[in-house]
Parts: sequence; structure tokens; C-alpha cells
Amino acid sequence: MRKTKRAPMAAIVAIAVVAGMLISVTSIAIAQEQGPQPKSAWTTSTPKSEGEPRGYVQFQDYCAVCHGAGVGKPGTIALKEKYKGAEPALLAERTDLTQQLVKTYVRNGISVMPFFRKTEISDADLDAIAEYLTRNNKPGAR
Amino acid sequence: MRVPPGVSSADFSAALVQFEQAVGKEWVFTSDEDVALYRDAYSPFWGEKDEIVASAAVAPDSVEQVQQVVRIANQYKIPIYAISTGKNLGYGGSAPVYSGSVVLDLKRMNRILEVNEKNAYALVEPGVSYFDLYRYIQEHGIKLWIDVPDPGWGSPVGNSLDRGGGYLMANYRNHFDAHCGMEVVLANGEIVRTGMGAMPGAKTWQEYKTGFGPWVDGIFSQSNFGVVTKMGFWLMPEPEAYLSGTVYLPRYEDLIPMVVILNYLENTRCTNGMPDLGSPLLGVGMISDMTKGFEEKLPAPNPELSALIAKSEIGKSAELQEYALQKGIAYWSCQLSFYGSGKANAANWEYAQEKFSAIPGAKFEQNEFYKLPLTPAQREKVHKPQFGIPSLAMFSIGARTPNNPTPLNGHMWFSPIIPRTGEAIFEANRVFHEAAKEYEIPVLSSFSLPSCYWERAFIYIFAFPVTHDIETNQKNRAAFKKMVRTAAEHGWGEYRTAPAFQETIMNTYGYNDHALLRFHETLKDAVDPNGILSAGRYGIWPKHLRETKA
Repeated sequence: MRKTKRAPMAAIVAIAVVAGMLISVTSIAIAQEQGPQPKSAWTTSTPKSEGEPRGYVQFQDYCAVCHGAGVGKPGTIALKEKYKGAEPALLAERTDLTQQLVKTYVRNGISVMPFFRKTEISDADLDAIAEYLTRNNKPGAR
Repeated sequence: MRVPPGVSSADFSAALVQFEQAVGKEWVFTSDEDVALYRDAYSPFWGEKDEIVASAAVAPDSVEQVQQVVRIANQYKIPIYAISTGKNLGYGGSAPVYSGSVVLDLKRMNRILEVNEKNAYALVEPGVSYFDLYRYIQEHGIKLWIDVPDPGWGSPVGNSLDRGGGYLMANYRNHFDAHCGMEVVLANGEIVRTGMGAMPGAKTWQEYKTGFGPWVDGIFSQSNFGVVTKMGFWLMPEPEAYLSGTVYLPRYEDLIPMVVILNYLENTRCTNGMPDLGSPLLGVGMISDMTKGFEEKLPAPNPELSALIAKSEIGKSAELQEYALQKGIAYWSCQLSFYGSGKANAANWEYAQEKFSAIPGAKFEQNEFYKLPLTPAQREKVHKPQFGIPSLAMFSIGARTPNNPTPLNGHMWFSPIIPRTGEAIFEANRVFHEAAKEYEIPVLSSFSLPSCYWERAFIYIFAFPVTHDIETNQKNRAAFKKMVRTAAEHGWGEYRTAPAFQETIMNTYGYNDHALLRFHETLKDAVDPNGILSAGRYGIWPKHLRETKA
């Protein structure tokens, strides 16, 4: 399986991916299937970067498509409009989020942002995302 | 814990234990907190007792597990409701149609089984999103484009089964038409493969659609006759180049010949991307420009022009026409897209200009010529779905933006199909404006232009707001139903809808005492005698629930 580096372009193409741990069962299940043999057992859980913190990778996959940089990101647009410069529009640049707040929004949604099921973002992935988004907080702020 | 209607607590508990044995304990969700994630985030019943909610959710990882779950559900007569990525927001999200159903969440079935570059197709499971498939194709350097709907987090399987659309050539942008071959788990747990897939060892399951004998694929879309576990799709080979050009027409009446010429050009494949209609005069933007309005504050409209529009009769008045001609502002615009070789695109655009020149005063503007693939800088400028790139940019509809200080909680789409004629556009505007006034719906702009997703019909897509205010939602639901009836009285039917309106709309397809619905019900009773699969989906109820409702 080809590994991609997380170049800036790759970050723009963010993806909603399922929990990172469901990987290897898949090829077995396919092998048991009759019909066309898949050329690849690629699943959405196939790892795609090495050396990046899990929370960063998961954030790119689940969140950045709305909350990333560049045009056409509804989450970034909404937060820019809400804070008007008082806080960064990019979630990844915030230093005031708490882990609990991140989890609350992901599991409850806000405005047109829906909540996410555990088959989409597992609790473990959400922990990693929350940790990533609070990595720059001042001590005691988490 | 909530128990599905008509099921005893003991049976439900027994079924849950067996579900756990089938898929693993961690993939059966029963706590209030977990089950709440299966609410429809855009439910127009939010917080009301009529809100449609699940009793539990079960998430299999393989077709064998789907079979087991279906068999267990049959044994205990548990209503189950299949979702793929569960992102059908505005059309039901991840919630069932029959309250208390167990959601069969197929998100974990996320394998991309094959992408064949040479013959341009893919075979995927239901949990694969457009973003996933796009990433796979990019990572593998495959020169194929996916026709994506505006929101990229849905799945090819789910979107095409709900009969969604996109932007590329007509044979791809109708997502159900672009599918080729299905694998379906029936209510009895048996696996059926459609088309060529019915032949053991078939070599062309994703290359020839209809196989032999009746072609049944259609009955698995917008329905509840089986659980689709694999689906093939034809993909578009990356073209060499893209060209877009816009036609501008000066007079109100020009809309009628404009559509006639457009249809000719599209049906002869001179222009092959989705056409995009606009009105520079009336301030009706084209879809491809819509996302730009999310990024920055739009300039205030010209007060003189606004006053003229306000005084006009749904965009028509002698003064307005006079103003348009004097200021040189086009009444109508039509953007054409051309995918193909650079030379062919240029020649086709030239031919299109020749044809539109039959309308006096037609003007033309060539917008973009891109050699493909796009550069990173170009990608940031374009409406990504027009280039087969998934995005979520459209989710700024209703969200907080520089032009919308008060965000909503969601939307529901009223989307009637009308004939592909200028006359129909004028009539629809008259009818919908009168109806909107009567039903007090503040959703329509000065003039509404339809979209061209479908090659032989127009579609209007009106957003009804969803809030967390019960009274507002009740009012909007009632107005929505009235609009459905008004449309039906004029021979216009919806192409797709949210669970709240599926029955209402199915009833408008009532020719010959609802013969079609009765046929669906006959099928339903035959293939799912216990009525366990997605009861109520698209207005199709199993026998025991039809009797209860009667």
C-alpha cells in the first residue's frame, strides 16, 4: 500500500474515515467472498501517514473538510464570522478549547454541523482529536 | 431503553444478544447517549414527541454479518433500517422512517473492492464515502473522475440509491443511472446479485448493466426491498481539458428559445457538462457561483434595480425590460460546460454560439479553459464537484456566513421536477410565488431558476429551514405539504424527500387508485413478509403496519 506524505495539498482533501483499528479483518472477509477478486483490500481505515500524531491525522480526515484552511470550508467561514478575529477561525490554531468542549460539539453538533456517530468517529479517535486541538493550550487550560 | 413497537422486551433483549454475537458487542448500540447519535440532525420534528428515533443500532462489518442480522431480525420480527454513511441530511440523515426501528449502520463496510482504470468503473461497499473513493483514486494515481454530489461525505451507494445527482456528463451525473451491478441481501438473508453478477464467475458485472431477464435494480432504490451491500459505478475518464462559456440574453421572452437551443445542444452532446442557468438582471446567481457568496459579504443590491424588481410581476415588467436594455444587463445567462479535448471543446463552444446567435442580441463570454488535471491554485477557484472533487462547501447553506448572521439548524428540500421548457419555468414561478404568499413561506427570491442535473427535465430545489423552534417547524412542515399538493395539481412531482413527507409525496403518485403504490406493497409483502426492512421508507409500509394505520 502506498503511503502518502501529508503535504499541504493532502490536507485540503480531508476525508471522513472510520475508526483506525478495523483494518486487517477486511482482506479476510473479502477472500471468503465469491465474485470478482478485489485488486486491493484498501479500506477507508488504511493508514495514510507515518509519524504524524493520531489526533492530527484524524482531524484532517474527519474535521478539516469543513474546518480546514482554504476556500469552501463552512466551519472555518462560520467561526471567522462568529469571532471576527477575536479567536482564530481555524480550529487547529485555537488555544482556548477544552477537550470536553471538542467532544460536546462532535457528539451534539451545532447549527448545521451534525453530530457524528461512533461508527464514523470512535471514542478513541475523538480522544485523539480533542488532544490535538488542545495541544497548544497554556498549562491548566485543559 | 426503548423497545421497537410491537416487539416484547424479552424478544428485543434476546435479539440484541444475538446481534452482539453476530457483529461484536461494541458494535451494538443501546445506550441513550449512543442511540441519540442516530437522530436525524436536520429533523423537522426536533424535540417533538413525533420525532422519528431509533431504538438501537447495529453495525456489521461484512455481508455475512448483514445476513446474520437480517435473519435475527426476521426471527424476532424486529424492524431494522439500513443506512450507509448516514449523511443524507435534508433527506432523513441517519434516522429511520418507522420510529423505534433498529438502525442497520453500514458505515463499517468501507471497502473499495475494485477500481478498474482501463474500463473506468469501481465496485464499493456502502460505507465508502465520496471522499474515501476520491482519496483512493488520488493515492493510486488513477486517471478517473467520480461524479460527486455537492456534499462529499455521503456514499456512492447511498446517494445513488436515493437517486442523487452531480455535475459531470449526463450519463454520470445521474448517479443511479451510472451504477452497474448490485449485491443485495434480501429480507430472508439470501444474497442476490443483479445484472451480470447473477452469473457465477461473471466477467462483466460492472460493465454491462442489465444481465438477462427482468432488470430489477430499480426496485432497490428509494425503497425497502433489500439491503444493498455492494454496488458498481461507471466513472468518467479524466478529460484532457475543460472549457466553460456563458450565453447572455437580453429579453424576458428569450428564456423560451434559450431552453429549446440548450436542450438541442445537450441532447446532441455538443455541450456535455451540467448547464447552469442564471439571471444577472434579477440577481439569480448560478450554482457554480453560489459558494462564492459564502466567503465574502455581497455588495448591496442596486436600489433602483431592486425597486423595479419589487414592482415587477415575478421578474417581468416593461420598466424592468427597458432598464435592462438601457444598462446592457442580461435578463438570462446560461453557462455551458465542455469536457473533452481542447480542440473539440473550442469547436463545440463555437457551434453553441452559432446556435444561440439565432436569438437577437445574444452575447457570449468564454470563462475558463483548463488543461486537466487542475493545478492546486485552480482547484481553489473552481466549484470542486464540477471537476469530480468532493467538497462540503455547500454546507454553508444555512450556516453562519458573512451574508447570514443567524445560522439555522438544518434544512429540508422541496424539489419538484418540471418540464425542460422556458414556459414551465415561467409557470412554476407564478404558481410557487402565489403558493408561497398564500402559505406564508418566506423562502422564494424574486425569481427562481431550476437546476439542470437531469438531462430531460428541470428540477427546482427549494430549501425549507429547519430550526429548533417547534412552532416554526410545525408551520414549515404544513407549508411544505401544501406546496407538494400545489405542485402535484400542476403535474409536478418531487424526485426525493425526507421521511416526514415520503408518504404525502408517494400519495401524489396516485394514478389509477394508487396502482403503483399497491404494486410496491405487493412486492413488499412477497419479499419481506415480516416487514422487517426499512418500514415506511418512501411511503411503502409492510402489511401489518398498513393494517394498523388503516
